[in-house]
Amino acid sequence: MTVLQTPKSPMTAKGGVWTASVDGSTVSIALSGDWVARRDGVEFDAAVKIIRPGVSLVAFDAVKLGHWDSGLIAFLFNLRRAAAQTGAAFQDDGLPAPARRLLKLAEGPAEPRPAVPPTPLLERVGLRAMALWTESVDAAALCGNVLLRGAATLRGRASMRTRDLVSEMFDAGLAALPIVTLVSALVGGILAFIGATELSKLGAGSYVANLVAIGMVREMAAMMTAIIMAGRTGGAYAATVSAMQGAEEIDALRAIGISVFDYLILPRMLALTAMMPILYLYSCGVGMVGGLCVGAATLKVTAVSFFVQAQRALTGAELAIGLTKSLCFGAFIAIVACSVGLRADRSATAVGKAATKAVVVGIVGVITLDAVFDLCASVLGV
Amino acid sequence: MASSTRPKLQVEGLTVGFGGTIIQQDVSFSVTAGSVFAIMGSSGSGKSSLMRAMIGLLRPMAGSIRVEDEDYWAATEARRAQIDQGFGVLFQSGALWSSMTVAENVALPLHLLSALDDASIRQLAEIKLSLVGLEGAGDDMPAELSGGMVKRAGLARALALDPEILMLDEPSSGLDPITARRLDDLILELRDGFGMTIVLVSHDLPSLFAICDDGVFLGAESRTAIAHGAPRQLRDDCNDPTVHAFMRRQRPQ
Repeated sequence: MTVLQTPKSPMTAKGGVWTASVDGSTVSIALSGDWVARRDGVEFDAAVKIIRPGVSLVAFDAVKLGHWDSGLIAFLFNLRRAAAQTGAAFQDDGLPAPARRLLKLAEGPAEPRPAVPPTPLLERVGLRAMALWTESVDAAALCGNVLLRGAATLRGRASMRTRDLVSEMFDAGLAALPIVTLVSALVGGILAFIGATELSKLGAGSYVANLVAIGMVREMAAMMTAIIMAGRTGGAYAATVSAMQGAEEIDALRAIGISVFDYLILPRMLALTAMMPILYLYSCGVGMVGGLCVGAATLKVTAVSFFVQAQRALTGAELAIGLTKSLCFGAFIAIVACSVGLRADRSATAVGKAATKAVVVGIVGVITLDAVFDLCASVLGV
Repeated sequence: MASSTRPKLQVEGLTVGFGGTIIQQDVSFSVTAGSVFAIMGSSGSGKSSLMRAMIGLLRPMAGSIRVEDEDYWAATEARRAQIDQGFGVLFQSGALWSSMTVAENVALPLHLLSALDDASIRQLAEIKLSLVGLEGAGDDMPAELSGGMVKRAGLARALALDPEILMLDEPSSGLDPITARRLDDLILELRDGFGMTIVLVSHDLPSLFAICDDGVFLGAESRTAIAHGAPRQLRDDCNDPTVHAFMRRQRPQ
């Protein structure tokens, strides 16, 4: 007769102990002590040690067993599985009745669930292609919808509430002013600083005003406000819409027959498209003041000469290009954010993913669009 | 697994509410160890708020909740967190963490709150999923589960730390009668097996009659407990018109 026992380790010193006495083909397992799962864990190789080939009966003695929980059940479950594999009989009448019940419960039939066969590679490629196609069709449909519903709005036929539009305009406009002020002033200052160090080497220090004015009006004001709004408002749109998707709020709109586009997307798109040019103009002004401050500090430029010089440098074309850019950026950010939100899955993680995607696509798209604009402008010689 | 008759939970003069609004006041009851205790009441009577106070999510405005003779809300935050580990909670919608698989949902409390090795945690998560009949679904994401499976997975997660008290918020809501009945059976099996004490909020009559052996009925208008006792007993003997109508699914007189 051989006797096996729970290996002594600091982890299990206080915990439950099993002692297996092997007598011929019969193993009797004596259980003692307190089996607390979260303190002692589960000895995963115990079943292999106890149930050797040749064992035909497993019996238990639980007289000295103290308090126990799922740790004991896991131990017994493993033993029972090993016994079934070697064909040994599992005699559980020495175990406490509750433990027998739980063991039976754990062995019971699993909840029926539909078997999903793995998808073959060819099918996966096909599905992927079809998904890509659907996504492109969706994007095209959305653009068409924007034009159609936009025209309907102009004729006053869209089912949109003024209240929603006003609150979205506040969020996308006034509420964004502090951050736009800070970033624009810094960008204007940075432009002036580069001008002050580089241009004064050529003795052209007074052209700092030209650099700041053209840099802000033509490029930086439109792009920086767009990037701020893509991060701030685009992310918020995507998160709101996808959270509504998860809570079935969008289904509720559709089921009642309210146009999701008119109710959710249109006010956001109009608000952002309307606010962006205003933010752009504001950003131009703040940027030039920022540039003036740096110019005054480094090159002792006076305010009057700075603005006179800036006025000479700027033409209507520069302002028109900047305004057009900001209009397009605003519409683009809103459409991307809302469509990302509408296509999101219905879970908490999906909200985060949608917000991230809206911000990334928004920023990358804005910079790409800006490059396209500049290319067109240079080809046209504007 | 000795079950004594001394109360596991004791609620005394409890008043819960938000801001200045009182939802329930002066509620007292005690939950015997090993029993299935029901918190009943019509919609809006404050059942869920009472349960939120019991699981540490809503500080009561007055009164005490004693967990095995220790005043829960008088304890320090660290001590409360420790007591919380003795509670398993199944939320109404399951509240599974959607970014993790079902098995990871069950394993997370063990990973964060115990010093066990990965193999042990895996085995314990597996046995808990087997107990609720989900042994094959460990690698599924919560979004892929049916309503009944979400409740079972939530139950497995509630069992993760081998709690002594299991709190269930409307376990059978949103389930078909067959699935709800199987969940009731499962709750009883787990109670008998582990010797847990179960507190549940419900207004599902068949399930209340089938599994509860004690309870309290909260009045929506009186804003306090209006009856104490097992749902079956309240159905047969209680004279309060609201309780009577509730238990027999009638219009109040």
